[in-house]
Amino acid sequence: MNEHGWLGKLDWDSLVFSKLITDPSVSEAVASTAGSIVIIATVAILGLLTWFRAWGPLWSEWLTSTDHKKIGIMYIVFALVMMTRGLLEGMVMRAQQAAAPDGFLYADHFAQLFSTHGTIMIFFVAVPFVVGLVNFVMPLQIGARDVAFPVLNQISLAVTVSSGILLMVSLVVGEFSTGGWSAYPPYTGADFNPGVGPDYWVWAIVFSGAGTTLTGINFTVTIIKCRAAGMKFFRMPMFCWTVLCSSILMIFAMPPLSVAALMLGFDRYLDFHFFTNDLGGNMMNYANLFWLFGHPEVYLLVLPAYGIFSEVFSTFSAKRLYGYKSLVIATMSIAVLSFTVWLHHFFTMGQSPTINIVFGIATMLIAVPTGVKVYDWMATMYRGRIRFTTPMIYSIGFLILFVIGGLSGVILANPTVDFQVHNTLFLVAHFHNVLIPGVLFGLLAGYNYWFPKAFGFRLNDRLGRWSAFLWVLGFMLTFFPLYGAGLLGMPRRSFSYMDLTFKPYMLVAFVGAMVVLCALISLVVQLVVSLKDRDKNRVPVGDPWDGRSLEWSIPAPAPSYNFVELPRVTDRDEFTEAKEQGRAYLPPKVYRDIEVPKNNPLGFILCVLSGILMFALVWYIWWLALVSALAIIVAVIASTFRWDSERVIPASQVQKDTEKWLEQVKKSRAIGRDLENTPANVGYAKLEH
Amino acid sequence: MNGNPSTSNPNVNPGQLPGAIHKDPDMVVFGFWVFMMSDLIFFGVVFAIYITMIGATAGGPGPRELFDFGSLFAQTMLLLTSSLTVGIATVTMKHQRSQASFLFWVVVTLLLGLGFLTLELYDFSQMAEKGGVPQRSGYLSAFFGLVPLHGLHVSFGCLWMLVLIAQVWKKGMLDIIKLRFLRLALFWHFLDLIWIGIFSIVYFGGWVYG
Repeated sequence: MNEHGWLGKLDWDSLVFSKLITDPSVSEAVASTAGSIVIIATVAILGLLTWFRAWGPLWSEWLTSTDHKKIGIMYIVFALVMMTRGLLEGMVMRAQQAAAPDGFLYADHFAQLFSTHGTIMIFFVAVPFVVGLVNFVMPLQIGARDVAFPVLNQISLAVTVSSGILLMVSLVVGEFSTGGWSAYPPYTGADFNPGVGPDYWVWAIVFSGAGTTLTGINFTVTIIKCRAAGMKFFRMPMFCWTVLCSSILMIFAMPPLSVAALMLGFDRYLDFHFFTNDLGGNMMNYANLFWLFGHPEVYLLVLPAYGIFSEVFSTFSAKRLYGYKSLVIATMSIAVLSFTVWLHHFFTMGQSPTINIVFGIATMLIAVPTGVKVYDWMATMYRGRIRFTTPMIYSIGFLILFVIGGLSGVILANPTVDFQVHNTLFLVAHFHNVLIPGVLFGLLAGYNYWFPKAFGFRLNDRLGRWSAFLWVLGFMLTFFPLYGAGLLGMPRRSFSYMDLTFKPYMLVAFVGAMVVLCALISLVVQLVVSLKDRDKNRVPVGDPWDGRSLEWSIPAPAPSYNFVELPRVTDRDEFTEAKEQGRAYLPPKVYRDIEVPKNNPLGFILCVLSGILMFALVWYIWWLALVSALAIIVAVIASTFRWDSERVIPASQVQKDTEKWLEQVKKSRAIGRDLENTPANVGYAKLEH
Repeated sequence: MNGNPSTSNPNVNPGQLPGAIHKDPDMVVFGFWVFMMSDLIFFGVVFAIYITMIGATAGGPGPRELFDFGSLFAQTMLLLTSSLTVGIATVTMKHQRSQASFLFWVVVTLLLGLGFLTLELYDFSQMAEKGGVPQRSGYLSAFFGLVPLHGLHVSFGCLWMLVLIAQVWKKGMLDIIKLRFLRLALFWHFLDLIWIGIFSIVYFGGWVYG
């Protein structure tokens, strides 16, 4: 400990730019460019906030907010920023492999890229995007005022974001792990990796993992305890069911990851021997722990996306969801089965054939409930009045592509086949084939679908369709060639190769990656254009798509208290039922004061402090680690001394808002579905079947 | 939300907490149960690692050389008694006895907890003297991954008690403080259960199979 000074291992050579000076190569130039982007973007954002005098509103409206809708939106913004980075890293990797054997990156740099790409895409894109959408939508769908624990919700966001910032810092200071997103020891142990790379991984995972566990607890309690009167379990929208299962997965699956990462940290920092080669360490324990988390994680992400697809198929087919109960049972079966298959991630690591067979069969079983779902979704569309909107394009793209990804999964579930293709690009193709159509398309469908509810105006549908088609096309071009290259035996994670048989596959994949980049750009363009045209596309009444569940029954954007009067639910498609019976848009019988949680600075404080703590730990700055850890404890204790955590929204205010809204409803004309993407749509849908 | 808060939680009598859902005692306590489930998985996984590591002593000292069952018996008694006293504190709270008697039982619990921690640390130092440090072998790493994790939870519980004592001192028995104490008591009983696991699996199991 004393070999380092006040700044621990930190010195000028830790900066990414200093390496460019000592070694002016393309690889270092790429690294320095990435570092510069981080710095320039940070400075630009801070500058713009100052220029527009936005600090005050940012603080009081967002950073200290305990409103689940705002926390959800912040999660999604964070996920989209991280997605940009993860996607650009993917581009660089595809470029490197397309340029092989004369690539432009060092092997270590390439290894850092696939490690951050995987870590970011799973933990800092997929998870926060899912959690963000759930945060925004789920309490509205169950007719609740808020999540069960609003401040806890804020804290979960805080540690997720500070871990993400830590990953951004690793672009500028020091280097990231080269051990892949799964960070297997003993390679990531101190003997083989004495640098700071694996330490960045360990702390980002420990802190964001804790945030996700807390989120799971929060969502589970919210769904079980905060449903509106009359909303029995079998009246919950499908999305809420998938969220419930996914939250339970968070509660049970995240602890093994935290344990694995912490033990790896103990090995690295304190010379423990959990997973080392010598002195009784056992790295198979790590593999078991990691995948005991890692496999349920896949379903933790994909189940809410299934929920989104269910909502989208039913809304845009103007039909009740087909086979609701079978979908619920299928969701629960998948959640349970997801814990019984982790060993298929290391079929080749030497356990007995019997064990491999058991886990192989368990893995294939998951295809059964998933198949049930696919048929239910198709049956939902059958004889429906289908509208080919942006969310529908994502959903139909998902339906077709996900079946292909699922089939390659069944192939991999056979241990004998797995011995042949493991550690090849076939595997990379498979998991991108399930995660991109399965999770990302679902999230983007949800983003387009619920955007008007969050901001009060629709996204541009034409550009949205462009974006959706580009995602589908780009995905296919990038990842289908990898199946071929993998079958030919090209190992994953290779920064170069000599066998030029692989070259054409890599070139097509590179073109695909460029199309994916265009898809991302079109997503940004869609947002910018929609923002510019927002006055034309406002949907203040709140029901732009002829929605079926409760979130569509309130104004857009949704008021901070969600519902003027907590709803009483009588049907699965409660809002459709209300519209049919003519009881949608009725004024409440009586206006009451509404209590909502006050703003709280705790989340932001913990975000800053945990960020400092993690940075100090990564760089062995012990005094700073100690100070920030103590500060965290003090901040939490101090927050328990706040006695009045509620703020009252007076009945008069509620009445004013509601009457204004009802006036708007009265003034507007119900529009048919043919006009839903025109300015005529003000969020007052004509009921159609 | 679901029924009247004061009747939906008959054990505790935390009083009627009107208004927003965030104060529904039933929901808050349920949330804590769910947290404990997650924590139980955390412990369960670390237990599993310990079990796989029994025997991985790499020539270093094993359970038979290291464990002092006399001290362990004393630790067990201290912790079990503290579970009793925290239960008495809960009962005084429920029957709305004087604040002083409530505080008395909380302080007794705190002292028992601190006594447990002192003995545990003494045990660790004894182990270290015999060469039983976590750096010595995978077995000892697993031991020191699990037992101090429980100790850390106990320390956290003690800190929690200190804060609650300060809050009762300052504000009296507010409903919200009652609710916090209720969760603390659950947590404390939970740690007792974990200790039973540690005693039987880590100490006794290690001694038998080590």
